[in-house]
Amino acid sequence: MKTGATDLPVLKPFRAEPIAPSGLAAPTLLSAGLVASAAVIFAASLAVAQATGSTARDGAVTILLRWAPLIFQGFLFNLLISFLSMALGTAVGVLFGVGQVSPSAALRKPAWVATQFFRNAPWLVLLFYAMFLLPFELRLGPVTIAFPAWIKAIIGLALPVAANVSEIVRGGIRSIPSGQWESAEALAFTRRQTMWMIILPQAFKRMIPPWMNLYAILTMATTLISVVGIQDGLTVTRAALVAESRPELMLPMYLLLLLMFFAYCYPIARLTMALERRFNVKG
Amino acid sequence: MIAAFFERLNDVHGLNFSIFYDAFDRSRFLTGLWTTTYICVVSILASLAIGLLGVWIAGSNSRFGRLVVRIYVQFFRNTPPLVQLSFFYFAVGGLLPTVSDGFGGQSPLVSGTGWAIIAFSLFAGAFNVEIFRAGIEAVPETMVEAAESLGYTRFQLWRQIVLPLAFRICLPALNNNLVNLVKTTTLAYAIGVPELLYAASQIWSEMFNVREMMNVLLVTYVLLVAVLVWVMHRWEKAMRIPGYMP
Repeated sequence: MKTGATDLPVLKPFRAEPIAPSGLAAPTLLSAGLVASAAVIFAASLAVAQATGSTARDGAVTILLRWAPLIFQGFLFNLLISFLSMALGTAVGVLFGVGQVSPSAALRKPAWVATQFFRNAPWLVLLFYAMFLLPFELRLGPVTIAFPAWIKAIIGLALPVAANVSEIVRGGIRSIPSGQWESAEALAFTRRQTMWMIILPQAFKRMIPPWMNLYAILTMATTLISVVGIQDGLTVTRAALVAESRPELMLPMYLLLLLMFFAYCYPIARLTMALERRFNVKG
Repeated sequence: MIAAFFERLNDVHGLNFSIFYDAFDRSRFLTGLWTTTYICVVSILASLAIGLLGVWIAGSNSRFGRLVVRIYVQFFRNTPPLVQLSFFYFAVGGLLPTVSDGFGGQSPLVSGTGWAIIAFSLFAGAFNVEIFRAGIEAVPETMVEAAESLGYTRFQLWRQIVLPLAFRICLPALNNNLVNLVKTTTLAYAIGVPELLYAASQIWSEMFNVREMMNVLLVTYVLLVAVLVWVMHRWEKAMRIPGYMP
C-alpha cells in the first residue's frame, strides 16, 4: 500500500474557480473606465478651446502647458497644508477622543461638547474663525511666536479634523467588545494598562479606514484657504485665467485642477475601501 | 426689550451684536438665513432624487448606465466641492448664453444661487447613491425573492418592498450626509451668493464686529444642524418597525 493514497472517496484539494466576477477585475475595469472617461472629457474640452480660440494668439495647449507647473505647485501647497493640519488635528483629536470615553464626567462632558460643536460647524466658518480671531503674533514674555496666514489656516482646518478624529477614536474604542475590558479586569490590569495594552492596539486597526477617509476629505477641503486669500492651487488657477483672459480656457483649466485632486484622492478612497473590507468584523 | 438689551451691551461692554438692534443688519442676516435654508432644502430634495435615480440605474441591466453612475459617483466624491462649484459657476456658467432681464440689462441664464444648488445637489447626490446602495444591499435577499415569486415587477418591487426597508437602514448615514450638505452650503460664499456667511461677512466688514458675528454665525449653523438632526431623528423614530432593525 502506497503512503499518501487511499481508496476511500475523499475530497481531494482543489482550486476553486472564482464564482462571481473576480475580486480584481471589477475595480480594474472601473478605474480604467474612470481614467479613460476623464481623459476624454479633458481632451474634448481642450480641443474645443483650441478650436474656438483665435489663431493669432497662443493655442490652448501651449497656454495650459505654460501654467500647469504653477498650478501643480499650488496643488502641492494644498497637500502640505493637508499634512500639517492632519497631524495637528489628529494629535488634538486623540486627546479629545480618549477624553470622551474617560470615566470622569469632568473630562468626558467638555470633550463631548467641543467635539459636537466643532463637528457640526461648517469648515469654512471655522477657517474664518481662525483667520480673523487668532492674533498675527503671540508674545510670551521675550519669545514672539509669529502666526502668518498659512499657519492660521492650518489651525483653522485642524479644528474640524480634531473633532472628527475624536469621534473616530471614540467609535474605535467603543467597537471593542466589553468582554475585553472585563477579562482585562479579571487579570488585574489597571484601566490605563487595559487601554494601552489591550483596547487601543485592537481599536487602532479599525480607526485607520475612517481616518484615511477623513484625510481625503481634508485634502479636498484645503481649497477653502483660497477663499481667505492664501495662494493655493485654486487661487493659482483663477490667477492664470485672469492673466490669460481667455474664456474658452476655463473648462480645461478647472478640469486640470479637478483631475489633480482626483488623481490624489481616488487611490486613497480605494485603499480605504480595501482596508475596510479587510478589517470588517462580522457579528 | 431685546433690542434695548443689546444696545446697552454695545454701549457698556462694547459687544456689538448689531443684528439684534439694527433693523438693516437684521434684515440682511435674516435674508442670508433664508437663502441658506432655501439652498439647503432644495439641494436636499434634489440630491435625494439624484441618489434614487442613480441607484436605480446602478442596479439596472445596462452595463453602460452602471459605468456612468460609478464614474459620476467616484468623480464627485474625490474632488473638492469648492473646485466643483467654481467649475460650474465660472467655467460652465461662463459658457452659457445670457438672457435679457427685461430692464435692458443682461443676466446669466442660471444665477449664482442656481449654480450653488446644482453643484451641491450633484455633490451630495453622489454620496446618496452610495448610501442607498448600501441600504438596498442590506435588504434580505429572501424578501426580494419572495416578492419576485409573487410576480412583482421591478418597479413595484422597489416601490413597495426594497425602498421602504432600505430607507430605514440607511437613515443614519443619510443623516450624516445631509448634515454635511448643510455645512457645504457655506461654500456658496466663494461665488457671491448672499447666504448666511456672506451676509455675516458684509455685516462685520461694516460694523467691525468680527468677533461677535463669528460667534453668532457658528451658533446659527450649529442650531441649523441641530434642527435638521432633530427632524431626522423624529422621522427615524416614526418610521421604526418594531422587531425589524438591523
